[in-house]
Amino acid sequence: MNQTTFTASDPLTASPSAAVPVTLIRARHPWFEVNLAELWEYRELLYFFVWRDLKIRYKQTVIGIAWALIQPFFTMIVFSLFFGRLVGVPSGGVPYPIFYYTALLPWTYFANALTHASNTIVAHQQVITKVYFCRILLPISAVLAGLVDFAIGSILLFGMMFAYGITPTWKILWLPGLLLLAILTATSVGLWLSALNARYRDVRYAVPFLLQFWMFASPVAYPGSLVPHRWQWLYGLNPMAGVIEGFRWASAGAAPAPGPLLAASSAAVLIVLVAGFFYFQKMVRTVADVV
Amino acid sequence: MRDIVIRAENLSKQYRIGEQAHNALRDAITYSVKSFFTKASSRATTRAPSTIWALKDISFEIEHGELVGLIGRNGSGKTTLLKILSRISSPTSGTAEVRGRLGSLLEVGTGFHGELTGRENIYLNGAILGMRKAQIDRRFEEITAFAEVDPFLDTPVKRYSSGMYVRLAFAVAAHLEPDILLVDEVLAVGDSEFQQKCLKKMRQVAYEGRTVLFVSHNLTTIQALTNRTLLLDHGHLVAAGPASDVIQRYLRKPADTRATVYELEHAPREAANLSRAVSIVRLAFDHPTNRLPVDKPLTVLASVRGNTAVKRFAFTIVISGVDGLPVGTVFGPETHSIEQGELATFQIELAQLRLSPGSYRCRVGVTQSYNAGSHHDLDLVLDVLHFELTPPADANVVQDWRPGWGPIRFAAPKVERID
Repeated sequence: MNQTTFTASDPLTASPSAAVPVTLIRARHPWFEVNLAELWEYRELLYFFVWRDLKIRYKQTVIGIAWALIQPFFTMIVFSLFFGRLVGVPSGGVPYPIFYYTALLPWTYFANALTHASNTIVAHQQVITKVYFCRILLPISAVLAGLVDFAIGSILLFGMMFAYGITPTWKILWLPGLLLLAILTATSVGLWLSALNARYRDVRYAVPFLLQFWMFASPVAYPGSLVPHRWQWLYGLNPMAGVIEGFRWASAGAAPAPGPLLAASSAAVLIVLVAGFFYFQKMVRTVADVV
Repeated sequence: MRDIVIRAENLSKQYRIGEQAHNALRDAITYSVKSFFTKASSRATTRAPSTIWALKDISFEIEHGELVGLIGRNGSGKTTLLKILSRISSPTSGTAEVRGRLGSLLEVGTGFHGELTGRENIYLNGAILGMRKAQIDRRFEEITAFAEVDPFLDTPVKRYSSGMYVRLAFAVAAHLEPDILLVDEVLAVGDSEFQQKCLKKMRQVAYEGRTVLFVSHNLTTIQALTNRTLLLDHGHLVAAGPASDVIQRYLRKPADTRATVYELEHAPREAANLSRAVSIVRLAFDHPTNRLPVDKPLTVLASVRGNTAVKRFAFTIVISGVDGLPVGTVFGPETHSIEQGELATFQIELAQLRLSPGSYRCRVGVTQSYNAGSHHDLDLVLDVLHFELTPPADANVVQDWRPGWGPIRFAAPKVERID
């Protein structure tokens, strides 16, 4: 065997100038202790987790990636028929397919991302009990992997807008920001649920239920303007309310500008995210023993 | 100055056994409601789950570049210790300090995904184990050459044979380049050729100045590979030192090794289908102690009883090393006879054994030949006559016989200058 390949010191693993990393292993850590540097150190693993999720997502399926379209598309048809034509939900003059698809696109992304994220620690228990890595990457990667489905769904949105003769305005520039809010919402709740799920498997049964309630607490099937004005701030505490109203407004002008709603949503997400981050960090120290 | 890379101080780990206390949310809620009303004082009595100390007050230090073995029976806490050092789980109390990047290999193929190809799994598994993509790129050729799976690199690993799977998984792990490598009993997989390759690789890793802590049940491997060995027993660190000493300590059964007399008439036999036509009653050393210098003959007194009259039988003795592997066998002459009910004692002298210093045990049988050169045992006792050979008194002979030289000291060769 070629001896030189082994003796050469590796600049990536053992940079001679850098101080040797020292790890302290203790029974208890202060609750505020978080290692953000570690998150950066493991960035490549995040990439590999996302990459793997995408690789295996539609393996051994017949229609493959088309599943990314089927779910929001058919739900849109059902909603347009029942809530639109039969119930007559006020859409502000926007065609029902557009009205519903602009809501279902972010909602489907969010619901799938949250479902995957909350299951991710349990699904990886085999790995978690055998090797150490930055655990928080698991829910984060689940949330990020869903973006591919979202991107495919977006193509359909633009196709539909074209078909209905809706010209995008400058407001469309808000979409990335709104998407970021959806990502952060899924991440923050995903952190909580994945950590709780490791300990209490009740979470697995609670999540579909939770999402069903959450959908009705969000302006998916109806416009947010139906909620009385004085309750709008409370409504905004549901971050998906801001996201969905924002999507309708930014892409099709199908809703009033959701300024105050978004402000409340962002604040709510930030609090849940930071708290979830600390809770997750605390939880994962013992996760290998309880999962 | 000593360069300590792992320092463990009073590491302890407690596990709940049986039902985990609050596995369902319902339990957690009732528990917290209950304890809210009953106050802390009675909390301990409301629910006292039984616990077990998987590790108790473990303290040790490992220096840079050491190859350290970790042995102990199943459930002695070896894996728990590795898990704590690699931060997979936290200790219940105590601390440990680790200097340098640490990689652990508790299982081969951690994170392998059956749907992904060999190539894809190399990257995924490498990343999970802590390698950078650039590093995997550079090592890729070596990894595939080591695993010998080249033609199947683009086949999903779920179609691999189990041997291929394991080879690929170990190959990735073997090319990790941490400063400290923790390895659990993972070499038990794969064929023997591949095992040899893995051992060679581990030795190489240590030669490069990395530190290796590894668990194995294969005592020969431990002895051949490690500088120092730690022995865990029920969560306690009971011995640490040179492999041969610690292994002896591990294998010692209380009261067994010092014995010079073995009463065996009623002892159960482990071998099946023994006719016991001639039965071993008692075995003893014909010395006051079972410790003797290597060049002294070993003399055994064997008492047997004839349960039926037997015309001719012989004694056989198989001598094994501390790891239980036979070193060699002697067959005595098949010239003895015995009457029914008769008790006879034989003196068996084993001169010129040429064994190296160390600990040995014997398997003693009474055999009879049949057909052409085959034997069958009339009686057989395992794991008796433990003895220890000490280095020779003669200063001209090599004193510090190393385990790696094997258990036999061949006779001095005849060497003449012929040209």
